[in-house]
Amino acid sequence: MPESLTRAIRWDTVVGALLVVLLLLSFGTVDGFGNALNLSFLIGNTLPIALIALPMTLLVVSGEIDLSVASTAGLSGAVMGKLWNEGMAIETIIPLCLLLGVVCGLVNGLLVTRLGLPSLAVTIGTLAAYRGIAQIVLGSDAVTDFPSQYLDFAAGRVGNSFLPQAFLPFLVLLVIAVVVLHATPFGRSLFAIGANEEAARFAGIRVKRHKLILFTVTGLMASLTGIFWALHYASARYDNATGLELSVVAAVLLGGIDFDGGKGTLGGAVAGVFLLGALQNVMSLLNVSAQSQIVVTGVLLVISVLGPRVARQISVARAGRRAAASTPTS
Amino acid sequence: MTHPSDAGPAPVLALEDISKSFGAVRALRDVSLELFPGEVHALAGENGAGKSTLIKTLAGVHRPDAGRVLLDGEPVVFHGPGDARDAGIAVIYQEPTLFPDLSIAENIFMGRQPRRALGRIDHKATHAATLALMRRLGVELDPDRPARGLSIADQQIVEIAKALSFEARVLIMDEPTAALTGSEVARLFGVVRTLREQGAAVLFISHRLEEIFEICGRVTTLRDGALISSEPVDGMTEDDLVRRMVGRDLDELYPKKDVKPGQVALSVRRLTREGVFTDVSFEVRHGEIVGLAGLVGAGRTEVARAVFGIDRWDGGEVEVQGRKLVNGAPSTAMAAGLALVPEDRRAQGLVMDMSIERNIGLTGLRTTVRAGLVDRGAERSRSLDWAVKLQVKYARIADAVSTLSGGNQQKVVLAKWLATGPRVLIVDEPTRGIDVGTKAEVHRLLGELAADGVAVLMISSDLPEILGMADRVLVMHEGRLTAEIPRAEATEETVMAAATGRAAA
Repeated sequence: MPESLTRAIRWDTVVGALLVVLLLLSFGTVDGFGNALNLSFLIGNTLPIALIALPMTLLVVSGEIDLSVASTAGLSGAVMGKLWNEGMAIETIIPLCLLLGVVCGLVNGLLVTRLGLPSLAVTIGTLAAYRGIAQIVLGSDAVTDFPSQYLDFAAGRVGNSFLPQAFLPFLVLLVIAVVVLHATPFGRSLFAIGANEEAARFAGIRVKRHKLILFTVTGLMASLTGIFWALHYASARYDNATGLELSVVAAVLLGGIDFDGGKGTLGGAVAGVFLLGALQNVMSLLNVSAQSQIVVTGVLLVISVLGPRVARQISVARAGRRAAASTPTS
Repeated sequence: MTHPSDAGPAPVLALEDISKSFGAVRALRDVSLELFPGEVHALAGENGAGKSTLIKTLAGVHRPDAGRVLLDGEPVVFHGPGDARDAGIAVIYQEPTLFPDLSIAENIFMGRQPRRALGRIDHKATHAATLALMRRLGVELDPDRPARGLSIADQQIVEIAKALSFEARVLIMDEPTAALTGSEVARLFGVVRTLREQGAAVLFISHRLEEIFEICGRVTTLRDGALISSEPVDGMTEDDLVRRMVGRDLDELYPKKDVKPGQVALSVRRLTREGVFTDVSFEVRHGEIVGLAGLVGAGRTEVARAVFGIDRWDGGEVEVQGRKLVNGAPSTAMAAGLALVPEDRRAQGLVMDMSIERNIGLTGLRTTVRAGLVDRGAERSRSLDWAVKLQVKYARIADAVSTLSGGNQQKVVLAKWLATGPRVLIVDEPTRGIDVGTKAEVHRLLGELAADGVAVLMISSDLPEILGMADRVLVMHEGRLTAEIPRAEATEETVMAAATGRAAA
């Protein structure tokens, strides 16, 4: 009994339960929530956050953060638009843009691991820099005339269901991320690095290499998101996805990933993403003003930082008592 | 030795039949203790015997479930550490926490600096008051010096001065000597004697028995939360004290087996890290335990870190079983059969929030793998195996290591490294801060490893440990290897002479 209680108190389970409750309530009481069009909007609008949340979760678990993701996404979209305007084939453009994302991530990673700078500071810097480059590349143009089969894929749904087509590739990426974080030596090392980098180093874990890989993958995923964004909304502008990094970080923290690193689950993070997405959708349906929505999001963020700590203290106290009770010192 | 008789002065502080439980654990059972002015009183016991709970009860952190605390014969209730401090009780911890960017004087008078008009801090008065405190302690420390960079010994002095500034009459010193060098201990004991002469009562906790005999007048022993005895130190032997602490005779604290050394396992040649250590060369053979002695700061730990690859070296080379190690790469050192049990188990040895199982598993992430994934079954059996072999006391292997006592945490660190099957094992202060029973177990283990052909390099500041366990003793002084002393010739005198640079090899 105590053990099942302790498990139930885990914060990621709490967030998952909150998401289910919110969905059930909304289906029952919010007009217009349950129809396929709204659900597809909800999921489609949340997908960019979810995509970036995957690598961001791994980064935060390892004790780092990347705030430049939205700018990388914007830069990728802008470059895509620019090259499309120049007449390059989309099949060439997309790999180039992904490569650009890799470079953006690599720059962050090298600055953090080689120069030993804090990632918060580095990526605030590159947040501005990448966005600035995006504006230089595309100016105030908006590129909208991408090939229709790409636009259709990014905005379309699976058959007549509410599921966006892009949700399926996301699911694949989610499974990969879950396996990497929770079942591979790489993922296990990330938890050790985030909780105690010094001890990880003493255990022979190549800390810098792990981090460099993470930043690079984050850049790649951010640029994938940027491409998706431009196609999904059929608009490549330099200011695409502005501010997205805050939504991502908020959702990841809400999902119980400890900002100090070393703790959390991807399940929790993804539940956090969709909880935030569903909440915003519901509030819009209920005509809650944009300002109030921001307040609600802010309050949630504060709760999300507090909640997991309280939950953990309860379960640590239980575990400690249990351990002490069954360990006679003689 | 002044030890009070019944007719003598009244105790300044007394505990009467104190009990304290945490959940189902009875940390203290009907414990009584009397502290008299002008005495140094030792509190002895193994890890988990209840010493910490007792101290925290005296310091107002815990409130007893039953029993009374008497101050000058009057019952008092401390609602928090502030109450205890106001009552004249101060605790000096092993590793003080000062504000590094403030001066010594500012640290001592933090929050209650003498003021001038308009509430401005009176720096002159603060300086003078600090000087007066230092003079009382017979120590020379510049009040204006920032706390950053002070040795742990000096930081403790600052804490003691701070306690005096609160008019403390009872000083509780929780393992103050654990991180000090010989001369620093001597200075600390000088201060303690001064305090005793000025009428303070000192409660002194140490795992080093010889210190209890050197400085203390009486000793109270706890075992499993119960009071075993409270008696004068005069006339006791170390064996008597150990028997009271452990509850049985300890077979042997240093069970050294005779082993014939085999091939060279670890070879360090002309290793240099600029400004840290210079031109260090030595060999350790299979089956050998080599002690590395020296004062704290002599560069012993730094050599170990560089050999293992945590820090880079600037010159020289390291070979493990004939394989040259890559500079600055612990993973290749591990692959070559090297293991390092670091000195700071909390910061370097363990991930405190992680389970016992996964902490031990961290060194096996490359080996307990199936199809690219962590093989949890293999990881668990590997961890269980070693936790059982080392007799780690735990409730569940999935519990966080933070729930274990210090001695058991140290065993987990050892398990983590022994599980890699090392052929060369470097242990840095393997028994610091752990009780005498566990210490004997660790020594037995090191002896067995050596008998199995493992080459052991043991860094220790505990001279009896070095002398008791090592086949050869290497001594470092100020970043250089100054002596190599065979077991037969190693004595406290020869080792200390080399460690302090008084004799060249």
